[in-house]
Amino acid sequence: MAGKINMNPKRNPMPSQDAALRGKNFDEVTLGYSEETAIDEALRCLSCKHMPCVSGCPVNIHIPEFIQKIKEGDFEGAYQVINKSSSLPAVCGRVCPQEVQCEAKCVRGIKGESVGIGRLERFVADWHNAHSNGAVEKIEKNGHKAAVVGSGPSGLTCAGDLAKKGYDVTVFEALHTAGGVLVYGIPEFRLPKEIVKKEVENLKKMGVKIETNIIIGKTLTVDELFEMGFEAVFIGSGAGLPNFMGIPGESYNGVYSANEFLTRSNLMKAYESDPVTPIMKGGKVAVVGGGNVAMDAARSALRLGAEKVYIVYRRSMEELPARKEEVEHAIEEGIEFMLLNNPVEILGYHNPNDKRDPKNGFVTGMKCIKMELGEPDEQGRRRPVPIEGSEFVLDVDTVIISIGTSPNPLIKSTTKGLDVNKRGGIIIEENGATTKDGVYAGGDAVTGAATVISAMGAGKIAAKAIDEYIQSK
Amino acid sequence: MYKILKKKELNPTVTMMEIYAPFVAKKAEPGQFIILRVDENGERIPLTVAGYDREKGSVKIIFQIVGATTKKLNMKNEGEYIADFAGPLGVATRTEGLKKVCIVGGGVGCAIALPVAQKLSESGCSVTSIIGFRTKDLLILEDEFKNASDKLFVMTDDGSYGRRGNVCVPLNEMFDAGEKFDMVITIGPLIMMKFVVEATKKTGIPCTVSMNPIMIDGTGMCGGCRLTLIKDGKRVTKFACVDGPDFNGYEIDFDEAMERGAMYRDFERHAYEKTCNLFSKEAE
Repeated sequence: MAGKINMNPKRNPMPSQDAALRGKNFDEVTLGYSEETAIDEALRCLSCKHMPCVSGCPVNIHIPEFIQKIKEGDFEGAYQVINKSSSLPAVCGRVCPQEVQCEAKCVRGIKGESVGIGRLERFVADWHNAHSNGAVEKIEKNGHKAAVVGSGPSGLTCAGDLAKKGYDVTVFEALHTAGGVLVYGIPEFRLPKEIVKKEVENLKKMGVKIETNIIIGKTLTVDELFEMGFEAVFIGSGAGLPNFMGIPGESYNGVYSANEFLTRSNLMKAYESDPVTPIMKGGKVAVVGGGNVAMDAARSALRLGAEKVYIVYRRSMEELPARKEEVEHAIEEGIEFMLLNNPVEILGYHNPNDKRDPKNGFVTGMKCIKMELGEPDEQGRRRPVPIEGSEFVLDVDTVIISIGTSPNPLIKSTTKGLDVNKRGGIIIEENGATTKDGVYAGGDAVTGAATVISAMGAGKIAAKAIDEYIQSK
Repeated sequence: MYKILKKKELNPTVTMMEIYAPFVAKKAEPGQFIILRVDENGERIPLTVAGYDREKGSVKIIFQIVGATTKKLNMKNEGEYIADFAGPLGVATRTEGLKKVCIVGGGVGCAIALPVAQKLSESGCSVTSIIGFRTKDLLILEDEFKNASDKLFVMTDDGSYGRRGNVCVPLNEMFDAGEKFDMVITIGPLIMMKFVVEATKKTGIPCTVSMNPIMIDGTGMCGGCRLTLIKDGKRVTKFACVDGPDFNGYEIDFDEAMERGAMYRDFERHAYEKTCNLFSKEAE
């Protein structure tokens, strides 16, 4: 079978929950390939010698090699290939923007659809999780200690890579659960929490220690970590403070940052039928922004019972930065995209005759202005320009602002010698080294809001540099 | 898991607990807060540090039973554990260089005001304290305040103990008599702090307030605790968890803060009633 190639120009579709049903539950939307479909899809791979796909992967997974194993029906073998490069395959298979990474470089994509690399990766990881006995290869300790700050994608990757090299690794997490954005940000229907839990358990089996409820920069400082005997520190503390638009009305009740809305829904489980943490449910919801986080917030709001959900984005569909599959899913689920619109004010209720009216201070609508695309800017993106006199009021009760984040100030303000750029991002060299000796950084704490896989790539690069740093001491 | 070393009822609605949390105890300063969850799947709530013992590794919290979570917390006993206890968070109250300060505490806010008064008093600062309660039964920490203050006024709304009236009465009397302070620090219900700020404004004395908005993570991630400062006529968004909880009282938009504090009022009332019913069923 191994020599046969499937010349179907179309990839195997991803089985999914019906759009009408899934808008009412938080179960995972996509269901994954079966063994037969996975082999059929794998056979579309031409096993190109120059492997263009690998260069498109931020962690350089040996893609043709793992696909070859699938063709042979050796799914565990395929997992072992991926595992050499990625610590979180079940996560990446679900949340990577493959269409602009590995799959964008796939030769099959020239005259048809590229191989469904992400779907195959997910298949392999899920197969492994369902069939593995959980045993982990015994790793010989090298006697060195390293600390990782934050248990999101960059931290977990860095910790995993260092543990594989024999380091005694401790991960410090500020929240009560490990996983960072994978648990507080990305919703259950896109990335089930059980999967993250399993990936974290795998790291623990490799000997990685995870300390929750420790806020580095507050509970302990970076310098204290060195005093405690850690020889190097990786900072993957994530994105931090949400950005707001700076328009009137952003403090009305019913205005959330996407971080808050998703944290309430995901981490604090407000999506459950009888939650202890409240969230505004139902009504009409506007999500401002066009990234993956905006899609997650919009689709969560829908599942929480909203009667209408809008995405309000100031450019057109072409510039919308979210992962393609999420946009398609959102449209199928009935979310309305109000493109080329920009909010100018959030309106709220005030009863002039009754200061104690319980409706006082709640959102009643959002005033927007229509936009058109003007001249391209330096990056070639056409700049949105407001159309004068085109203001209108969108009737909504909840507004979720999803226009990015600024790095968290806690570590910077308590770590001498750690330089940050104008926007607050930690300054690093190519290998992840910061301006402070022995301290490395990566992920959103460096770049501002970006993708899971780019954070993982950064964690990987830093792990390598930390190993070289400690070994050369 | 974090062990409850000590529990004491200060009045029928206010409880003190000492929690074993050595990392937090090592760093905590007056004015900072912690975030706790009573059990798995519990809500995260912020509570301001009411004291700490660095040697024992314990942190003192004092809380009013106002909602489902504080009700559940109050059901825990000495020797039992709570799921999570993280901190210290926020910026400590600025006390350096102050020589004469007036502390104004209201209700359970007095529990947070006390460590500030103690720290100031230990550093040789002259402390005048005004503590106010609705009624005598709700009075807490009077002796502790006596020990930490050069002068103490105890006020009750109904006159059942101390003097009758709100905390602004003695404050205004002192101002009228020409008394000067380096700073007025006030901690309590928003409406009380708003009035203390208004009373102090006419004197030009700086006035610090301790804000306690709704929070989730408490580490500068969710933005739920945002509040608006009005600086030179401009509205500026700040986050109580990382920029506060102390702010310049003259800049706070109190009306907005009060509206935001009421966002989940209905939800919270239902949750509280449900918890009460649950406990009364268990008791039966």
